Amino acid sequence: MKLNDSNDKALKPLVDMDGDPIFDEAWQAQALAMADSLVKSGLFSANDWSNALGQSLKESANRADIDSQLTYYQSVLKTLEQLIADHSEIDAALMDSKRQDWEKAYLNTPHGQPVTLDEKPC
Amino acid sequence: MVEFNAKKVAELHHHLHSHLPSESALRVKALETLLVAKGLINSESIDAWIEAYTEDIGPKRGAQVVAKAWNDEDFRQRLVQDGSSAIDELGYLGNATGHLKVIENTKSVHNLVVCTLCSCYPFSILGIAPAWYKAAAYRSRAVRDPRGVLAEFGVQISNDIEVRVWDSTAELRYLVLPQRPSNTEALSEDELASLVTRNSMIGTDRDLIKKEEVKA
Repeated sequence: MKLNDSNDKALKPLVDMDGDPIFDEAWQAQALAMADSLVKSGLFSANDWSNALGQSLKESANRADIDSQLTYYQSVLKTLEQLIADHSEIDAALMDSKRQDWEKAYLNTPHGQPVTLDEKPC
Repeated sequence: MVEFNAKKVAELHHHLHSHLPSESALRVKALETLLVAKGLINSESIDAWIEAYTEDIGPKRGAQVVAKAWNDEDFRQRLVQDGSSAIDELGYLGNATGHLKVIENTKSVHNLVVCTLCSCYPFSILGIAPAWYKAAAYRSRAVRDPRGVLAEFGVQISNDIEVRVWDSTAELRYLVLPQRPSNTEALSEDELASLVTRNSMIGTDRDLIKKEEVKA
């Protein structure tokens, strides 16, 4: 596997990352949890996951994205969306539409109140 | 003169009264909503997974495996022969971990684990992989310059010690069995486990010593 060497330079020394948290934000844990759950339930295989994530990380390295945990989890999310689209009826348009619904819900909910969606069958 | 701009006021109102998550967080919320609606996941199990992996499941499971191997020669032999079965005896084998191979450090061999493709890792016994394990720099340098990576972690490997690098896959993951530190014969299994670091089970740590020796 060829990785862009510029990533090596962008990174702080590996040992300095040793105490870093395993997740920087909740969505990263949620994305990984969904991926593991979908492997366990058989929607896609561990090999499908590994190969698709590997491809996404390779593309990220080839773009010389910053070699950070955020970049890694963005690849995790992209891979998750791609595999769900490949293996279920949930396509990119549906994902985008639901994302817009959540944005509207956040914008229209006064601070301090729980943000919820008016669920409609999809 | 103060102007009244309705659009700006509305934007300001939104800004003040909303805490819009990041783009990635919104996309994850969308996925979770859709997957739950389709019956492909349930929110409770996702929450339970996150709680387990952020609070309960960490490298201490792996440390218990190592300590048992140090303390029980029969278990050590079963562990090295068939890591998955031996670890299953302790109830730690996750469904999605795939086959697990245990590789043993010796006086003349040091083992280092990486996943050059993505980030395959035996997370059912070591918890979620550390940030550096997922970094492109580690994934490329561990193969190209393992001694340099080890030196960066403070592990100096003399030239008479062979360094073996193991590339994990989704189907085959590795756990390094570090060498038992000297002068630990009197320790219990739990005390032994407390000496085992996460990094020693990946290979970026080698000489484990009793904490009293560190203080001394």
